[in-house]
Amino acid sequence: MAFDDNRLSYLNRLAGKRYFMLGDEACAYGAIYAGCDFIAGYPITPASEIAELLARELPRAGGICIQMEDELASIAAIIGASWTGARTMTATSGPGFSLMQENLGYAVMTETPCVVVDVQRSGPSTGQATKPAQGDMMQARWGTHGDHNIIALSPNSGQECLDLMLECFNLADEYRTPVILLMDGEIGHIRESVLMPDPEQITHKTRKAARPGEDVFGGDDLVPGMVHYGAGRNIHVTGSTHKANGMRDVTTPEVHDALIRRIYAKIDQNREKIVRVEADTDPRGPARIGVISYGASSRPARGAVLAARSEGIAVDFLRLITIWPFARTQVAEFAKDLDIILVPEMNLGQMSREIERFVDCRVQPVSKIGGIPHTIGQIHRAIREAV
Amino acid sequence: MEEYRHRLMDYVREEIMPHRFCTGCGCGTVLNAFVNAVEGVGLSPAKMVCVSGIGCSSWIPSPYFRSDTLHTTHGRPIAFATGVKIMRPDLTVIVIAGDGDVAGIGGNHLIHAARRNIDLSVFMVNNMIYGMTGGQVAPTTPYGVKTSTTPHNNVEPAFKVAELVMTAGASYVARWTTYHVFPLMESMQNAIRKRGFSFIEIVSQCPDNYGRRIGLRTAVEFLHQFKEKAVRIDKTAGMSEAELADRIIIGKLCDRERPEFTAELHALTRRIVAALKQEQPA
Amino acid sequence: MIIRFAGFGGQGIVLSSYILGQSAVFDGKKAIQNQAYGSESRGGECRGDVIISADDIYELEPDYQDVLVAMAQPAYEKFVPLLRREGTLMIDQDLIVTDHNIEPAGITRYSISATDIAFKKYGRKIMANMVMLGYLNTVLGLVGRNAMEDAISRNVPRGSAEVNLQAFADGVTLAQQELKKR
Repeated sequence: MAFDDNRLSYLNRLAGKRYFMLGDEACAYGAIYAGCDFIAGYPITPASEIAELLARELPRAGGICIQMEDELASIAAIIGASWTGARTMTATSGPGFSLMQENLGYAVMTETPCVVVDVQRSGPSTGQATKPAQGDMMQARWGTHGDHNIIALSPNSGQECLDLMLECFNLADEYRTPVILLMDGEIGHIRESVLMPDPEQITHKTRKAARPGEDVFGGDDLVPGMVHYGAGRNIHVTGSTHKANGMRDVTTPEVHDALIRRIYAKIDQNREKIVRVEADTDPRGPARIGVISYGASSRPARGAVLAARSEGIAVDFLRLITIWPFARTQVAEFAKDLDIILVPEMNLGQMSREIERFVDCRVQPVSKIGGIPHTIGQIHRAIREAV
Repeated sequence: MEEYRHRLMDYVREEIMPHRFCTGCGCGTVLNAFVNAVEGVGLSPAKMVCVSGIGCSSWIPSPYFRSDTLHTTHGRPIAFATGVKIMRPDLTVIVIAGDGDVAGIGGNHLIHAARRNIDLSVFMVNNMIYGMTGGQVAPTTPYGVKTSTTPHNNVEPAFKVAELVMTAGASYVARWTTYHVFPLMESMQNAIRKRGFSFIEIVSQCPDNYGRRIGLRTAVEFLHQFKEKAVRIDKTAGMSEAELADRIIIGKLCDRERPEFTAELHALTRRIVAALKQEQPA
Repeated sequence: MIIRFAGFGGQGIVLSSYILGQSAVFDGKKAIQNQAYGSESRGGECRGDVIISADDIYELEPDYQDVLVAMAQPAYEKFVPLLRREGTLMIDQDLIVTDHNIEPAGITRYSISATDIAFKKYGRKIMANMVMLGYLNTVLGLVGRNAMEDAISRNVPRGSAEVNLQAFADGVTLAQQELKKR
């Protein structure tokens, strides 16, 4: 996909500039670079700044931003718009993300590419509305009902909010699936230096088009080609169990089995292609202690690892950039020679339990809830205690 | 002998016919009227997207009508349709769904779409009950009717959905019944042609799950009742609220020119893009 | 260096922190800025935090500050206990009565009449934050003066850059005088 003239001239004005901006704002610029045509959203702290910036800037790049009546409508509108061929997104936080779950499942079932940004805040319910958390890790994985797979990425800096948005849109189109940018209120609401890339350096994956007469919901490949509305193909899109041609069949066990297993497999079997982690093993030799973290928590976690190393403690560090599908191979490899893995996260151990499933060593959450991220000191103490 | 083929068969997905509506269901009549209306306005189904939700009447377009179709989650077809229409304003986007979908769980989307005056045609088939799930009370069920979830009595008044949509700001609003097929067809044509949000409430029969609860066993009995209860809107001027309480007001409630949402939105975007082009490169 | 600006909403507290953070980035340093949101940002405990470093910043919300710039009594009372031992306190002396019992040991205190100067010289109390920024930046040598003046010009209301830069310069002068004395 190439940028159209409006988008290109808009982005050329930004290229190479360095801004001091919110993670939320960087995410919004990432969407513009990703060629997002349409965002529908509903105000919610700490995600509102994403839609606010896109409301201001996206029309200048030729795109459209609207505020819907609620989050259910927001995700519904972007799914509908995606079937016209548009790149679409919405942005919300925990309570809104909860409201979106049913239609997120619809996007999974209908294999509709779209991007959902969840800037996680402290919950359950209204919780600490303005305070960050990482409590939606499992909601992102299992929030909608039924067997399914999902792709979710988690940035830990303003720059990465921009960069990962590009990746989210690409993954959504490549695998014909909703993709979640699992931000947290901390990364969304701090300002940092963000460099605007050169649009010429941006690569967009294109949706595979179904050949004439080819089924839109199945076929030889795990990811079927797509046909957009208005092409005269009379395509039938339904959240009910359907055959490869899109027509409902909710009673034949084999039809449901084949559909769900294929939708599951298209992400599962491409896990190694999708998953990205950032490993920093102790250069001085084998460590017995490992730290795995992600998002905002990974910043003080990394600081604590460096502090521990500076006083002679050998520690390995792994950051999960891709949250789902889970980096099981990378985590198992990371854990091979370790006695213990500490997992700083802003919840009561959601990813710790997932890590536990794939390693033989002890896994210990370093939980922080209450609305303030870990300090380096807190994680540093946990490392010392683990020695 | 040459096999008979209905002239409108091209408009339906013939391969999945016959349809599976219950005997006497009003959905067949609505499908018939809709197909005739589409032909009447000379609209190619290739330039249409039909959106529906969950419920019996959502089956009218999905799967039966042969165009691009979007069969969505319960209550949300108008919200899905909003996204389609914004990004493809050149396509005719039509929502056909039931009273539970449109006025119950999805009522909020209905009033906001009407307020925006987005160019959708919403045909709400009002059978006054949740039929597919087995006869539960709907927001459109009249006061005093026993249903499976109001086994003792329904003590809630019914929603006047068409009046609600008119108040919310729609360009075109009408109400007909499955007895009034020809005016309904004409009204559907007007709704499709109308630039703006158009809404037709189609009072319809559900002999299986509603009729048996109110003593109407067949479609014919329903149609007789619709005929008797119907009063044209231009005849209601001198009638009291009590006189109108048990009647079905039919006809065109409003037909007016208001700015259409997607046209406004795209004009705004064009102005913003043009203004940016005027600016000196930063 | 971890700097907290605190005071009442409407005193330009968050703007000060934003300008400092942005100017640090213009100056080639790493910086993050954070602030209070929602109901927390109203009342007398509005705050804006900045961390400036030559290296990557891993600490996002430290539990102590190196520097507290306090522009209101409630803000002073709430945040001065979080000041690092031997940290730096800067206050508007006309707005704050200090209490040694709640202050950490060994802090260095700087007191100026930022609001009074802003009101008397420019007729606008809101300029106090610019006086304070000039003072803070000169006393602590945080970022280059050009970078900060650039950031000020970009972020104050259109047409008010000149007067804001003047107020900033007043703070710089005050700091230079103070540094000579010490």
